[in-house]
Amino acid sequence: MKRREFLKQSAMIGAGFTFLPISQNSFHNAIASATRSRVIQISGQDVRRGNILNQDIIAKMLDQAISHLYQTDQMGQIWKNLFSPQDVVGLKVNCLSGARASTHSLLTEAVIERLREAGIPAGNIIIWDRMNRDLENAGYKINLKNRNKVLCFGNDAAGFDDQLYMNGSVGSLITRTLTRICSAVINLPVLKDHGIVGVTLSMKNFFGAIHNPNKYHHNGGNPYVADLYELDIVRRKTRLTICDALDAQYEGGPPFKPQWNWPMNSLLVAVDGVALDRIGWDIIESKRREMGFPSLKETGRSPEYILTAGRKNLGQTHLDQIDWQKITMS
Amino acid sequence: MNNFQNMNRRNFLIRCSLISGSSLLLPGFSPAATPAAEADYEHEARWYEKIPHKKVKCKLCPRECVVDDRERGYCGVRENYQGVYYSLVHSHPCTYHIDPIEKKPLFHFLPGTQAFSLATVGCNVDCQFCQNWQISQIRPEQAENLDLPPQKIVNMTRESGAPSIAYTYSEPVIFAEYMYDIADAAARAGIKSVMVSNGYIQEKPMRELANVLSAVKIDLKAFSEEYYRDIVAGELKPVLDTLVLLKKINMWTEIVYLVVPTLNDGDKEFADLARWIKTELGQDVPVHFTRFHPQYKLLNLPPTPVKTLERARETALAEGLHYVYVGNVPGHAAEHTYCPKCGKILIRRQTFWILENKISNGKCPDCHTPIPGIWS
Repeated sequence: MKRREFLKQSAMIGAGFTFLPISQNSFHNAIASATRSRVIQISGQDVRRGNILNQDIIAKMLDQAISHLYQTDQMGQIWKNLFSPQDVVGLKVNCLSGARASTHSLLTEAVIERLREAGIPAGNIIIWDRMNRDLENAGYKINLKNRNKVLCFGNDAAGFDDQLYMNGSVGSLITRTLTRICSAVINLPVLKDHGIVGVTLSMKNFFGAIHNPNKYHHNGGNPYVADLYELDIVRRKTRLTICDALDAQYEGGPPFKPQWNWPMNSLLVAVDGVALDRIGWDIIESKRREMGFPSLKETGRSPEYILTAGRKNLGQTHLDQIDWQKITMS
Repeated sequence: MNNFQNMNRRNFLIRCSLISGSSLLLPGFSPAATPAAEADYEHEARWYEKIPHKKVKCKLCPRECVVDDRERGYCGVRENYQGVYYSLVHSHPCTYHIDPIEKKPLFHFLPGTQAFSLATVGCNVDCQFCQNWQISQIRPEQAENLDLPPQKIVNMTRESGAPSIAYTYSEPVIFAEYMYDIADAAARAGIKSVMVSNGYIQEKPMRELANVLSAVKIDLKAFSEEYYRDIVAGELKPVLDTLVLLKKINMWTEIVYLVVPTLNDGDKEFADLARWIKTELGQDVPVHFTRFHPQYKLLNLPPTPVKTLERARETALAEGLHYVYVGNVPGHAAEHTYCPKCGKILIRRQTFWILENKISNGKCPDCHTPIPGIWS
């Protein structure tokens, strides 16, 4: 595509959307309260044959995890209760690290399938991350305006809102995808070690929504990550977190480092993203111990920002108060 | 006819719009130039080390960011791609225009002349009061960038008639390679270069840059580490080290101190600052105490009272500094340059304009006291 065409197309983004007030919020708030601090870890050993992931099994893992999270077998109803057909649902994937350390497109497709079954039009679903380039490198196909299909674009195409969002240590412009286009967000981070902030999970994934993430990595991302996650625009719209732990990484992240990446064959699902981050941190620490690596604290990379988020009452960080359910897919 | 008209601030900011037609500041602005994102990985950074596992350690500024593959440093304009560190902004300024040199401000450097002034996006600190945060605190792909290689800048400067090029508006440290290459080409063409910087840079790159620069203006944001930590997201000591280095290598240097009410406006801080300058840099370094206006994240404070600026100036003069100015107060008497010996006005200014310049052969015409600076 020529640059002129690209710009013309990207200017169209958002043009067809009616910016709706958030729907389903009352249900979401009720269910969030009921599921608070519950983190479902589902593992599916059959999800992989050799290096090939099985999309059907990923979808079943997702279904079982959601079913356990909301403690009901009425799968279709859960999604319908979470999202209305008028919602514009953003799927915030994590694609900075190429195809092998990003949110698997197979998982994203499974989520899309459930949204479609719940009546969300394809054109009301948007896969988004920082840049078109990152999405493409991770295996996603950019779709800027064809609303007969699921949309997919980076912040570089959507642009940023002109309001400076400020909270504590953070002052950032936020992508229009989050502020103006989407009425709801499903957060789809990857379970990974991070060379500066310790781990990159649910909260950190929203660095991909702001214009200046480079400013917030020092001091181990503390309190920046928590301050960003505390923003009303983030918390109000994020309804569900589905962490991709099909392939996880305990050292050398966020880039893909094959020597430290392992096939965990799991998903982590929660409404409480902070609790999910606390569990994810624990999983990475356990794996580091197992592999003979020093703890994150010993390497000076303890993700203290997660504890900061707990102190801000953004979610639960006490392991003994998190309902951590480990499930092996039946 | 000169192709370059002085832009006002509004036009300056228009230059800095986002791609995709959604301007940071002016929604609806249609871009036409090349975003830096299309020009990634063309210019390898000059000051960095390769370290294991395809990581790099930046050696440009004191942060020494350790940057993983496909990640960027704090400045947001340098990216590690497969173990090689690249400047994403070399040859891609987001703005340029012609300014009076007094706007930098440089008061003892070719007064009354114009400077071809340019910037790329990015900065290695995050001052809460930044007046150009719309370009300094963004990343290349978020801006409307141009494609102007060094020689093109030199040619444009020559065409404009400006005797100097100023690297300014954002933070030139983060586009040091580009600045170096322009300044090197400019020097060969007889055009001077001035760096308008926060001084947060390592010694080696500063020394190398000094080979092609004629003057430097340093924003000394405060005289306390706490302020640098809390308000600037930087450090004081490396900036002081840079100032000492510039003195040591005889680089013409002027200092700006933005006085922010309640945060860096104490008498002791003014006195400590002035004593340090006198001891380490000498009495002849011009110091500009400039007025703060609420900007960016620091909207809860009022503009600096003029009396505070005058108090700062009086304190610095009392400590023995010779050339102390008040800035961002149009028409103030402390915009003028006075002879430190006879007290007469040598250069009479109104904002950025020279009304009268009596300096003759670098001296006061009355008492013949040498006035330090670069006058021709």
